[in-house]
Amino acid sequence: MFTLYHFFFLFLTILILVYMYRVFQGPTVYDRILGLNGVSTKAILLLTILGSLYGRLEMFVDIALGYALLNIIGGLAVGKYLEQKRTREC
Amino acid sequence: MLTVDTLLIFIGLFFLTVAAIGVIRLPDVFSRSHALSITDTLGTFFVLTGVACYQGLTLADVKVFLILFALWHLNPVISHAVLRAALRNGVRPWVKEKK
Repeated sequence: MFTLYHFFFLFLTILILVYMYRVFQGPTVYDRILGLNGVSTKAILLLTILGSLYGRLEMFVDIALGYALLNIIGGLAVGKYLEQKRTREC
Repeated sequence: MLTVDTLLIFIGLFFLTVAAIGVIRLPDVFSRSHALSITDTLGTFFVLTGVACYQGLTLADVKVFLILFALWHLNPVISHAVLRAALRNGVRPWVKEKK
């Protein structure tokens, strides 16, 4: 049975593919980082939609929370690393 | 069939689509980041509120709003850090060419 939540799931997957175009194609490294940030935000939304689809939101929302924190730490670490004077040439 | 939760998620998907079009079409990294911030504010708000409305009021809804709080407060920090690195490393903002 194809419900509306299956449609939401497919739609978010297509949006992730659109962001992956920017990740692979981006002219500078900052485009790629921001594209990955968008992909992980979509992945968090996808996990909560998946939890609603299976009827077990209380399990999937913990995974989504952990993924959100990982995304934040990763993005900040790469951003501060690229700002150093030593890496300015790349 | 169109209940409150699916209506909210449809509105959220509209904003997510607009943000994706902006990320593909806009000319440089600063304006792309501006398009991406639509995802972080309106898109996640509507989608996560719709998901929270789906099962009624449970403990999972508190965690869903915790995710929303984290995304709202910490995604602008990431964008700021990355774009400040871009500006200090010599990426010039795009301007329209004068004739």
